[in-house]
Amino acid sequence: MATLRARRSPHWLAAMPSITVGVLLLPIGAGFLGTLLPAVGFLPAIGGHEFGLAPWRALVAYPGFFTSVATTLFTGVLAAVLALVLAVGFCAFAHGRPWARRIGSWLAPLLSTPHSAIAIGFAFLVAPSGWIVRAISPWLTGWALPPDIGTIGDRAGFALIAGLLLKEVPYLILMIVGALNQIPAQQHLAIARSLGYARAEAWLKTILPQVYPQIRLPIYAVIAFSLSVVDVALILGPSNPPTLSVLAVRWFTDADIQWYFPAAAAAMLQLLLVVGVIGLWFGAERVAKVVGRHWIVRGGRNGFGAAAAGVSAALTCTVFGLAIMAMLGMGLWSFASQWRFPDALPAVWSSANWINHLLDLAGPAWLTLALGVAATAIALMLVTGCLENESRSHVRAGPVALWILYVPLLVPQVAFLFGAQVLLVRLDFDGTPAAVVWAHLVFVLPYLFLSLADPWRALDPRYARTAAGLGAAPSRIFFGVKVPLLLRPIAIACAIAFAVSVGLYLPTLFAGNGRVATLTTEAVTLSSGADRRVIALYALLQSSLPFVVYLAAALLPALLVTRRRDIGKKTVRA
Amino acid sequence: MTDSLRLDAVRIALPGRVLIPALDVTVASGECVTLMGPSGCGKSTLLAFISGALDPAFDAAGHVLIGEVDITRFAPERRRVGILFQDDLLFPHLSVGGNLGFALDAQVRDPGERRARIEQALAEAELTGFADRDPATLSGGQRARVAVMRTLLSGPKVLLLDEPFNKLDAQLRSDFRRFVFEHAAERGLPVLLVTHDEADAPAGGRVMRLSDFH
Repeated sequence: MATLRARRSPHWLAAMPSITVGVLLLPIGAGFLGTLLPAVGFLPAIGGHEFGLAPWRALVAYPGFFTSVATTLFTGVLAAVLALVLAVGFCAFAHGRPWARRIGSWLAPLLSTPHSAIAIGFAFLVAPSGWIVRAISPWLTGWALPPDIGTIGDRAGFALIAGLLLKEVPYLILMIVGALNQIPAQQHLAIARSLGYARAEAWLKTILPQVYPQIRLPIYAVIAFSLSVVDVALILGPSNPPTLSVLAVRWFTDADIQWYFPAAAAAMLQLLLVVGVIGLWFGAERVAKVVGRHWIVRGGRNGFGAAAAGVSAALTCTVFGLAIMAMLGMGLWSFASQWRFPDALPAVWSSANWINHLLDLAGPAWLTLALGVAATAIALMLVTGCLENESRSHVRAGPVALWILYVPLLVPQVAFLFGAQVLLVRLDFDGTPAAVVWAHLVFVLPYLFLSLADPWRALDPRYARTAAGLGAAPSRIFFGVKVPLLLRPIAIACAIAFAVSVGLYLPTLFAGNGRVATLTTEAVTLSSGADRRVIALYALLQSSLPFVVYLAAALLPALLVTRRRDIGKKTVRA
Repeated sequence: MTDSLRLDAVRIALPGRVLIPALDVTVASGECVTLMGPSGCGKSTLLAFISGALDPAFDAAGHVLIGEVDITRFAPERRRVGILFQDDLLFPHLSVGGNLGFALDAQVRDPGERRARIEQALAEAELTGFADRDPATLSGGQRARVAVMRTLLSGPKVLLLDEPFNKLDAQLRSDFRRFVFEHAAERGLPVLLVTHDEADAPAGGRVMRLSDFH
């Protein structure tokens, strides 16, 4: 009886998960090998024929080596810890308050802004000649000239930490908000409060322990990113010596090709640092769990948590304020014709800056758009293919799949991009837009999958079954029922994926071999010394591109499909 | 003996719809008053108002008093109003004993005494030796009893019951009702029960119908 046999996915659909895993892991695996081998002296193309530790000796012999490692660890760990503390404190403070109800929608645009754009705006804000000093000079400070203090690129890396927080705090808050939907948070809070716990303390003791396991991987991604970031560190971090990843990039791109070997060693050390810190964090989690349980069941209701959460929430709001000021400041600079220190605002305004550079901007802008659209479209096909296969074959991707998705977000980019570039050169494929799309896909795919999987899986399966009962073929169910019902989450996931693509610096630089100029690579390159008004143009355009796409994603589904009240509310499985 | 719970001219409305026009009721210490009404009539909303968890979308007036103390403007955690819901809402990250420890006042400092108090509460719930168990491994009836003991251990002055018997099957239901009312009466707590099932009300208790006020 043919009708009794479970319907199987067609072969091409059943292959989707394997293709997706391949797209993610092949470049990373090959790139990792291609970086590991030169790190131990082997790269015949440039004369490395013998395995040995010479690259490591050259790395350690670099005068700033130990400072570089120390700065990397200090900035990376502190940024990750602070981001987590601020995000958790903010949520503990704000949860259930009416003004915080739509926080997710407010933070999403901030999250779509590329790291480098925020970093550039932040640099404009806090530089000795930046907006903050201008706003309080000379009436408060007495400065008629920019003070001679190193507020950005400071040796310890505080500016870098602050720059990272501007993006990581909202990211973690959004992750927490997403995780809250999985638990009866509101009722648990009500119970804890009726048992005598104040809001923030109740949250920390009952909600956080339930939410943490769900945000563990995003936290690891934040740790890995903070330790190994390149673009933000180029803009805000110390330069002599720089953080380890920046050092690796500097050597990899050195005209003297012999620096390739210590560069590869630095990249491998970077990977070891990330693995080591995440390992320590994992251990700290165990300790925190035991200590935390003890703290929770002791029954204390002393409001300590409330005070801490209040401070964190205030700091978080400061972070949001700085991020918004950073963007506003760039807007001012892009329309400034004359802005002398210490004027708080430009003396002469003009749009000449935009008009004069329109032609220079157009090329990178179109290319950025095209690369982002291409990478997002391919990723969307693969992700919807995987999810559709999942629902047709009834085999759901397990925890291993989740870890595979996180690999590109956990492995430092420097640890595999150089090797990947060598591979691309071998294939005579480097420097092409196609190669850049391929590199972007590695990062775009996980984000698209992670944001689309939950809403897709939550769709009530009875809609598909009903449609099948009405005689609809699987393809018609897909395009006629699932896609329209899920149009909004699909659009949002695409906007997130597009924003990721726009923001990518190092993958574009290396897969493009320096010949593919996007708004992001241009903005980062210019940030080290060009006219502020010009940098502002690039950074602004770079941020507005994903912002406009995000806005379109939020509005278009409502316009495309007749607005139905129940879509997205009652269509999910109870 | 503890104090009574008094609702004084409580009125709750949504824009365009009055849920509770004006409610005056006093629940004496050790008494159980049952509020009946169909779902959606505002029973749970009233309990949220008393416990301080009312959504700001509602427009509420009137006063809640425990004894002579007006708690209407108190934060939820300062009211000492215990509440039991339809779901037991045991914290899944804590053991059974951990859930009880969370509720027990930290004034009880000595670890030995804390353990003894928790063991005693478990014994009352016929769950001796369950302290280290994961709540997820308990049956529905056992979990419900732990939830009651958790609320009572926090030393409430009032007990609110928001259809807590609803999810249990018939046999468990009557056992559990008796369990709750006995423990509340033992402590002399004023109890306010909301339900849509008449059988939930304890024998001889006052029953009020919310529809009577409309």
